[in-house]
Amino acid sequence: MFFRPTLYRRTEYWQGLRDLAPQAPGIAAWGLMTGVAMVKSGMSVFEAVAMTMLVFAGSSQLAAIPLLVAGAPAWVILATGFCVNLRFVVFSLHLRPYLMHLPRWQRMCHGYFTADITYVLFTRHYPHPANTDDERTGQEAYLAGNYFLNWTSWIVASLLGVGLANLIPPEWGLGFAGILCLLGIQCSLASSRMRMLSAAVAGVAAVVAYHLPLKLNIVVAIAVAVILCLTVEKFRPAPKVAA
Amino acid sequence: MNATDLWSLAVIVGLAFVTVLTRSFFFISSKSWHLPHCAQRGLQYAPIAALSAVVIPEIITVQGELVSTWQDARLYAAVAGAAAYFWRRDVLITILGGMAVYLPLHLGLGW
Repeated sequence: MFFRPTLYRRTEYWQGLRDLAPQAPGIAAWGLMTGVAMVKSGMSVFEAVAMTMLVFAGSSQLAAIPLLVAGAPAWVILATGFCVNLRFVVFSLHLRPYLMHLPRWQRMCHGYFTADITYVLFTRHYPHPANTDDERTGQEAYLAGNYFLNWTSWIVASLLGVGLANLIPPEWGLGFAGILCLLGIQCSLASSRMRMLSAAVAGVAAVVAYHLPLKLNIVVAIAVAVILCLTVEKFRPAPKVAA
Repeated sequence: MNATDLWSLAVIVGLAFVTVLTRSFFFISSKSWHLPHCAQRGLQYAPIAALSAVVIPEIITVQGELVSTWQDARLYAAVAGAAAYFWRRDVLITILGGMAVYLPLHLGLGW
């Protein structure tokens, strides 16, 4: 945890923090926009603040907003959030050997705070898990310092966005910035032809099935896309893709 | 001012649990375990499918009806945003590029 002296007294903590610094403006801009988008899409200020402070996952927040506002059932929203967050499941598999020496609640705290950029920077800085206790604490300190700055940039900017949102007239349609953000993340995931196929199939299926009740079109679209891609893979060996 | 309701708050708390669950998925349990192969493959395709399923209808439909006019700022903004992404590989540039097209069309021409 970033507030523990055993971690923040170590040089690795500050190294992690410095490594994140160049990314901080980008994270803050994204947080600002998410804050504005939450309020502009129809959430109350209290809900937007709660979402910022608790959920701490930009893409799943942005994906949940239209569903929340449309009154989709909770399980559909949670399932969508889970699917959007599945990349973290892959990351957690990678991070497991770095963290298993810690008690469970500490592992889960570190997991909660480790978003995309921290994962990338941490695994780049430490390609292999440590062998000694001292090294292990050093790696933990780097991780904590890194996500501390990430979390701070995100939270402060999001809250600022929530605060500023009411000053911006709704006709400007700034909520659309949230969709553009998801579109950007979607493009960043389109690293193979099969993933592009998955995106195309899911997009078409979500439009075709739009009038299903309870926003089920989202769940149907994900299922159709994944099943179709796995079927195509069976007939055609999958090319290697980045996780 | 939008109203707060308990149901939305409950969903938000649920989403926070989803964040914890997904980010710590493989180190919650101390037992070592392996994911079945097909689930591992599915992980490759589900995230982009989920995003696409949310994003595409928000760009090309109005409440589920396909847009029937080319005078819709969202279409051009999405194309510009995607092009901006592949130009610079940066999500922030995607938003800025897309909004740079969206705002003039939407506010200036009323599309």
